[in-house]
Amino acid sequence: MSEETTPAIQMPDATQLVISNSPHIRGGETISKIMVHVLVALAPAVAAALWFFGLAALQVMVLCTVGCVAVEEIWNKCAKRAPTWKDGSAALTGLLLAMNLSAGAPWWICILGALLAIGLGKQIFGGLGFNPFNPALVARVALLIGFPSLMTSWVVPQAGKFMACDVLTGATPLGASGEAVATINNLFMGNVGGCLGETSALALIIGGVYLLIKKLIKWQVPVAFIGTVAIISGVVHYFNPDMTPDSLYHILAGGLLIGAFFMATDMVTSPMTANGALIFGFGCGLITSVIRIWGGYPEGVSFSILFMNALTPLIDRSTIGKPFGYIRVKKESE
Amino acid sequence: MIIILVSLLFAALLGAILALVIGVAAKAFAVESDPRIETVTDMLPGANCGGCGYAGCADFAKAIVEGAVPPNDCPVASAEDAVRVADYLGITAEEKEKMIAVVKCSGGISDTVRSPYNGVEDCRSAVLVAGGSKGCDYGCIGFASCARACPFDAIEIRDGLAVVHPDLCVGCGKCVDVCPKDLIVLTPAAVDVHVYCNSPEKGAAKRKVCKTACIGCRKCVKAADSEDQMLIDGFLIATNYDNPPLPDLVEKAACPTTALRLATQHAAGESEGVSK
Amino acid sequence: MSNKPRKFKGGVHPNDSKALSASSPVQDAPLLDKYRVIVHQNIGAPPEVLVKKGDEVKKGSLLAKASGFVSAPLHAPTSGTVTAIDKCDGPTGIRVAAIEITADGEDEWGSPFEPIADWQNADAADLKQRVSDAGVVGMGGAGFPSHVKLSPPPAKPIDTLILNGAECEPYLTADHRLMLEQAEEVVAGAAIFARILGLKSAVIGVENNKPDAIEALKKVAAKTNVTVQGLAVNYPQGAEKQLIYALTGREVPIGGLPMDVGCVVQNVASAVAVNDAVVKGHPSIERITTVTGEPLVNPGNWRFRLGTPISKAIELAGGVKYQPAKLLLGGPMMGFAQNSLDVTVMKNTSGILLIPAEQVSQYTSDPCIRCGKCVSCCPMGILPATISQAVENERFDMAAQLNVLACIECGSCSYICPSHRPLNQHFKRAKSEIMAARKKEPKK
Repeated sequence: MSEETTPAIQMPDATQLVISNSPHIRGGETISKIMVHVLVALAPAVAAALWFFGLAALQVMVLCTVGCVAVEEIWNKCAKRAPTWKDGSAALTGLLLAMNLSAGAPWWICILGALLAIGLGKQIFGGLGFNPFNPALVARVALLIGFPSLMTSWVVPQAGKFMACDVLTGATPLGASGEAVATINNLFMGNVGGCLGETSALALIIGGVYLLIKKLIKWQVPVAFIGTVAIISGVVHYFNPDMTPDSLYHILAGGLLIGAFFMATDMVTSPMTANGALIFGFGCGLITSVIRIWGGYPEGVSFSILFMNALTPLIDRSTIGKPFGYIRVKKESE
Repeated sequence: MIIILVSLLFAALLGAILALVIGVAAKAFAVESDPRIETVTDMLPGANCGGCGYAGCADFAKAIVEGAVPPNDCPVASAEDAVRVADYLGITAEEKEKMIAVVKCSGGISDTVRSPYNGVEDCRSAVLVAGGSKGCDYGCIGFASCARACPFDAIEIRDGLAVVHPDLCVGCGKCVDVCPKDLIVLTPAAVDVHVYCNSPEKGAAKRKVCKTACIGCRKCVKAADSEDQMLIDGFLIATNYDNPPLPDLVEKAACPTTALRLATQHAAGESEGVSK
Repeated sequence: MSNKPRKFKGGVHPNDSKALSASSPVQDAPLLDKYRVIVHQNIGAPPEVLVKKGDEVKKGSLLAKASGFVSAPLHAPTSGTVTAIDKCDGPTGIRVAAIEITADGEDEWGSPFEPIADWQNADAADLKQRVSDAGVVGMGGAGFPSHVKLSPPPAKPIDTLILNGAECEPYLTADHRLMLEQAEEVVAGAAIFARILGLKSAVIGVENNKPDAIEALKKVAAKTNVTVQGLAVNYPQGAEKQLIYALTGREVPIGGLPMDVGCVVQNVASAVAVNDAVVKGHPSIERITTVTGEPLVNPGNWRFRLGTPISKAIELAGGVKYQPAKLLLGGPMMGFAQNSLDVTVMKNTSGILLIPAEQVSQYTSDPCIRCGKCVSCCPMGILPATISQAVENERFDMAAQLNVLACIECGSCSYICPSHRPLNQHFKRAKSEIMAARKKEPKK
């Protein structure tokens, strides 16, 4: 019982055809996908922080992340704008902020940090894409200057003791004295005091490599940043070993790895050109080394990144170079 | 105690010296300017809309004082303001006709054939994509470039159509410059009857894409008091602004597509729904 | 010119989607009852219509003559009667003048000229006149009258003739099939161009995703002075400036033309059209178009006469399985979105594409996150992100400073943008405002 009729040819409905300017196909990348990849890259470091600092770390991370998303949505509501939490940028800022705080940070510091990061660091400029400075770092530096002793007292890591609630304070690897107080092995694995994100170098390097493979960050920034710090600290240590520890120590200690892979590479606040990224990384490395070796603060990564953020638009304009087919200055014959 | 007195004295002395320096500088480096310019600037409405063609009211005042332009070139100023300025300067001010803008299109979203559009929601950008998403190539795109350009908030976008409110419009002409379809014209404020269509296409073709297009049936031409009150240009009729018809023409002509409207009724939203 | 081609900076790699039609041989579309030939099919002045309603025409007879130097004549696609000269829906969305011909079914030739038998020894000027008389225009999409390109001023000497067989746009396979099936005619067309320009050789650039076409061309070209060069698959390899750079290393100056660096570039389909005009004595009245897209039942390549409605083309391809999101003329990266099925095939219609909803671009007004992807993929080396922000703020002076006029509107930046910003449209706007402002200035 087969049907004899040939199927009718179906024509498209012209009234439903969308018109737009070319191109008419899209590449598939979205902002949320990018944010998810960065969160995945941060996962090893988050796991390491939870391993070494336990419940306290979890509390800080949750408060910061939720706080940032909440501040952004409350701001959006007051400013009568559409909700933006779906793009994931507020959550990422929150997590990065948490990684910049100590496990012993009290709950109100986390909330205040979220307010500063999203309110002062991002929304006040117009939201995602308009901020000139890295929001997590704006919050960290503001808190550091506002509550210096609270922000520089670190928790002793208690590996594997997830439920430990008592917070013991201790020193950090980059003390003011310039001597190496931690072993390289401890620095690498993360068994040292410091912010949640400053501890396990291994976890951070894994995350950084993931970002490089996925082409989410420009390799020029971490290479120039870490390279510059290594060279400057190496040279200084060679001529004056008491002044500062050696290069390897500098690379693994403090916030350099998280700064170079996750903070300095923030797309919105770093240059778009390849040469610009090199200059940016070099500048961050230079300022970080100067602050660490000769400056008053033990850690200079946050300040250096914020400083270079301010120079980003200028760096972009100066490094774009001439377009294809640019007509050089004509000679007299023209 | 002494220290306080000494500080006070020192501060006072410093202040006095600096004040003296500033005063002398103000006199010595003063720019020669006609004092009348400032007074005229104050007399002007101060909207700085640029409708006069000058860079703000102060610039326009300077031009008036220099005698380059008459004071009633300011489209915002009322007749009394212009007369005040003229009297102050001792010149005569002529009567200038008040003009208002008219968007010569009546095709909103519900009256026209349109394609879905995806892109920049701005008329000057949208016109670069297939001439806009409307079926009619000559009509209002409705993305509010004119409304944004108007310094007096006289243009409303209603159902994807720009509508000028005659009571708010001062005739500065900013919307005329911005419209990419050259759809907006300045017309004498006294004339209320307009044909809200801009397309020279054949009547039947127009009707296919817009319910309120002027199909060139000429009912309004015949219903007018005299032959030349409505001008014919192929399938498009337009008001003759030099010899305009009376407002009762709209009722008398009974335009089959409601392209013929009164500006005041059109702005109030009372002209829709008559088309067959 | 058989050394390794250079790679231009930037570019993107969209899915080429050519498998849908790459192996479909070219079919001749059946004769229709009516053809609606659009009058203005070239860049430059529209030709002057000579026929009037009721005139009888033969296949190839002159419908409109060139109205100036930068203009091209128009010829009838079949024999019949002119039944209307009216406006119809045009490819850029605006209604345009068209000549409707009702076919008499005889399809009888009545070309205004004869084949040039011994073209290898013919006068270059005569050959060029034939190109002009035949109404040959750039068939890669631009529609620039070919005889104008072949007439560079004496101040710009030409030393290189390049044939563009890159077809870098996804989905399109018309030129691919042409090179594969009519390789001799492509090479002969190249030789004719070379003779007109007074050159001894030519090079045909083909992207490496068409190895069979490269093979076919190389076989034919082996006995001649025409070389075939495979190029890296990188959109926009087929863009004139990038093609010249890849094959010669020369950069066409901004605001300049290929002749400024001694080159002339012609599409392979234009070469075949010139061959038809010279060797067969046929004017330009048909072309190969790819009708493709996932929604179609039978995508493929057809040889259409000018004036064939898109609706007919879709019918030949079996109609659609589901509603497409967009209907495009040209390729997906630089083509024009259509909202009417009544638009007809023109000399530069390389493709009729139906794009499904999953693949279609959806532009938003989301902010720029300065990821820099647009900067790294721009083949012209400008800052798309910053320019688009300037345009959003109506700062066209800043856009001009940032060299927006160098933009070739290839669409690579908009394609790659994670925020789906309508960058290409911003640049079009900027260019239009800057050129309008420049026009006003001399009057000041």
